[in-house]
Amino acid sequence: MKKNTIGIIFVFCLLVTNAFAASDAFKNNIYNPGELKPVDSVLKVKVGERAPDFTLPAVSGRNVSLQDFRGKKNVVISFVPAAWTPVCSDQWPGYNIIQDVFAGNDAVLLGITVDNIPTLFSWTNQMGKLWFDVLSDFWPHGAVAAKFGVLRSDGVAERALFVIDKKGYIRYIDVHNINQRPPLEDLVRELEKLK
Amino acid sequence: MAQKISGLISVILFLCLAVAAGATGNTPPKVGSPLPEMELLKPNNFADSKYLGLSYFGKTFKVSQVKAKVVVIQIYSMYCPYCQAEAPNVNRLYGLIENNPSLKNKIKIIGIGVGNTPFEVGTYKKKYTVPFPLISDENFKIHKILGEVRTPYFIAAKITADGRTEVIYSRLGALENNDLFLAQLAKSASMK
Repeated sequence: MKKNTIGIIFVFCLLVTNAFAASDAFKNNIYNPGELKPVDSVLKVKVGERAPDFTLPAVSGRNVSLQDFRGKKNVVISFVPAAWTPVCSDQWPGYNIIQDVFAGNDAVLLGITVDNIPTLFSWTNQMGKLWFDVLSDFWPHGAVAAKFGVLRSDGVAERALFVIDKKGYIRYIDVHNINQRPPLEDLVRELEKLK
Repeated sequence: MAQKISGLISVILFLCLAVAAGATGNTPPKVGSPLPEMELLKPNNFADSKYLGLSYFGKTFKVSQVKAKVVVIQIYSMYCPYCQAEAPNVNRLYGLIENNPSLKNKIKIIGIGVGNTPFEVGTYKKKYTVPFPLISDENFKIHKILGEVRTPYFIAAKITADGRTEVIYSRLGALENNDLFLAQLAKSASMK
């Protein structure tokens, strides 16, 4: 019994060890906040419900509204906690090389953080040229993240993915452990279900 | 009873500390040293296994088992912008080796996708038409052994006749000049 308990806790220690692979693209500019509470918010939307509308400023300089895509495109919203942090910096660059997967499933991607535009501009510039819009939910602070129920108690967003169909209904939600990147295959599988 | 619980907590704390130390205590391989012990997942396709000269049996392999005089290891991630930009150049390096009779079959390349699932490794391989084997290190096990280097990071190790490995190149960042890099490897491994 005692041996089992020690074994279980040892495995737990292994699992909670924070691991990430920092790209040299960001040099030594990534701030590591350490291991965080995996999820620190309560969802306000559910699969099958209509996604709340919003309009946010994009790094590109234009305003982007979710409702603009209604009847035209499926939408993937990728909330990430904060610019210049470990896992976030190594998430969107992966989506950047699979534009064909999004296009093949008639979907667009919107990346959202609660950072302001200048910060997002500097940070995303390190990722190369992005094909998708990056939106700032800075002011009123985290209002869109709060609408979806993914604003954490410290004011940053969760690491969360929402897949919204052309009619505006939520088809998939993954409020992921903030310390880990969601596996790409999970998102691709959900995109393929939209066909 | 209280003593037993206290003892148990001490053991648990010690184990957690040991795990934490193990996770961060490694340093990147140094030139002149042997490669650290690591078991890599075997490629899941015949062409890649054949390229590496690996036997059909077993799920993992050691770098020293690769049929070559020098193995170039590219530490990368599908999510790393610099690795993405570097991908065509590493493909050119492979082409330079395969088209040079004095290097072909002597220098082999392996990519290790740190923190990448097999699906993510496959996505990167398809996107950049990578002709050499890419191996998933989904749980960062190899990344930790190699000192949690930033990506891309290149290591080259020569394999001696008695099956030992010796690191002859270990550096962060893209390969700036493929010809110079290959010349350096050939010289370090005494290849003609």
